[in-house]
Amino acid sequence: MVTITFIEPDATQKIVESTLGLSVMEVAVRNNIQGIAAECGGQCSCATCHIHIEEPHFKIVGAPVDDEEDMLDFSDSRKPNSRLGCQVTVTEELNGMIVRVVGDE
Amino acid sequence: MTQRVVIIGGGQAAVSAALRLRSQSFEGSIEILCEEPGLPYQRPPLSKKYLKGELDRERLHLRPEEVYQDLKITLHRETQAHFIDRLKKRVATRNRGAIAYDKLILATGATPRCLPTSVGGDLENVYTCRSLADADLLAGEVRPGQRLLVVGGGYIGLEMAAVAIDLGLEVTLIEMQDRILNRVAAHETAQWFRKLHLDRGVDLREGVGLERLIADGKRATLAALSDGSAVGVDLVVAGIGVSANDRLARSAGLFVENGVLTDESCLTSDPDIYAIGDCAAFPFRGEMTRLESVQNACDQGEYVAEHILGQAPANYLPEPWFWSDQYDVSLKIAGFNRGFDHVVTRPGEKPGAISLWYFIGERLLAVDAMNDAKAYMMGKRWLAKGQSPDQIALADPGLPIKDIPTKDTQAAAAA
Repeated sequence: MVTITFIEPDATQKIVESTLGLSVMEVAVRNNIQGIAAECGGQCSCATCHIHIEEPHFKIVGAPVDDEEDMLDFSDSRKPNSRLGCQVTVTEELNGMIVRVVGDE
Repeated sequence: MTQRVVIIGGGQAAVSAALRLRSQSFEGSIEILCEEPGLPYQRPPLSKKYLKGELDRERLHLRPEEVYQDLKITLHRETQAHFIDRLKKRVATRNRGAIAYDKLILATGATPRCLPTSVGGDLENVYTCRSLADADLLAGEVRPGQRLLVVGGGYIGLEMAAVAIDLGLEVTLIEMQDRILNRVAAHETAQWFRKLHLDRGVDLREGVGLERLIADGKRATLAALSDGSAVGVDLVVAGIGVSANDRLARSAGLFVENGVLTDESCLTSDPDIYAIGDCAAFPFRGEMTRLESVQNACDQGEYVAEHILGQAPANYLPEPWFWSDQYDVSLKIAGFNRGFDHVVTRPGEKPGAISLWYFIGERLLAVDAMNDAKAYMMGKRWLAKGQSPDQIALADPGLPIKDIPTKDTQAAAAA
């Protein structure tokens, strides 16, 4: 189990526990985190799970590539630490990660 | 004052409405009547990752049970509504008595069309792929080397064919119309997918219908086709479209015609009853329209939640999008192509990427983007802003997509 802190678009902070192997989007959905619509269910097709990942964990997950990069490239809320939650898998190393949810764009 | 919201149907539209009611601080009761035994789930992966065994059942669930409990959203599972008493504002169910509502939301979805019994549609190894139960039955049949006949060349049929090929089946796909994707895409897109499936080994036959299935006992073993040929089959999947589940609305005397008819606010002919998702037909660009998509299910669900709370704009205005995964190809569609008069092709910036752009005159209607997320996102953005790209520039792959000049065509859209 790892602990992840989500900061919802309205700044509400929620600390949740997750098993390994799920995507960050799935963890958010399971805990009803606001601002993660996840309409496509994790196919990198809807970009409704946009998050900003704080350091030191962003360094571990790394920057987006391929389709994910292209999807994010068009977002007004794009930051250097932007990711789509559906493309980030929860691992042991992400314990303590702080995730800011972008929400409706 | 709305105290009791009842939602009939347990799919994505229903859950979306319930969650939005709670996130907008609705404090009354929310009851969802689901016919199926399990928790509400995502349907799109059923014909994709789930059938391939790449996604556990639990990961299909839209929310875990605790979320419904925490939010005091009551899920009545295995509960079929059989009558709406509009005068007393109650829904009669077979196993839970009458459930009273102030506002009722019909999110009853759609039912796949089955092959008629007269051609063997009732044989044991003939399937559709809409529900989890369908997918589980199918999963028990898809084994390497088996011969699959897919009837219907729409997205479900093509996805089934792709999954089956990936799993090592021999696949024949027949489409009665003269081409695949006839109802939903331009011939350019159809041509691209035809080549994809032929290259992967699907025996794809267009303009060919099913005459009848020939059985050995209760199982189809041979399919007689309209081109005079016959193919051996171990299983058959029909992907020949869906019908809106509008029986309940019809028997309640609501206006129904190819779906439950609503106004621009998703309200039916009864001001306390909404209809959303696949079962609903609403006015969109001058025609009563059913949009069978996750986007529409989610967005209409959220819209009616806000409408009930007096927070919604007067009209539901969809920004349609859709996706399909076949083999390693990701198709993403933004917009709605009805009424297009021509298509512009844009080769993508990456190998294997291509996008097809639908126009009516100068106005952009939609884009089909194959392996081209950039084109999809740009198209989505242009459509949201009511802009249309210059078509000559669009066709030039040397020009980065963000540099393509656009024109405001909002006025044309409104006309």
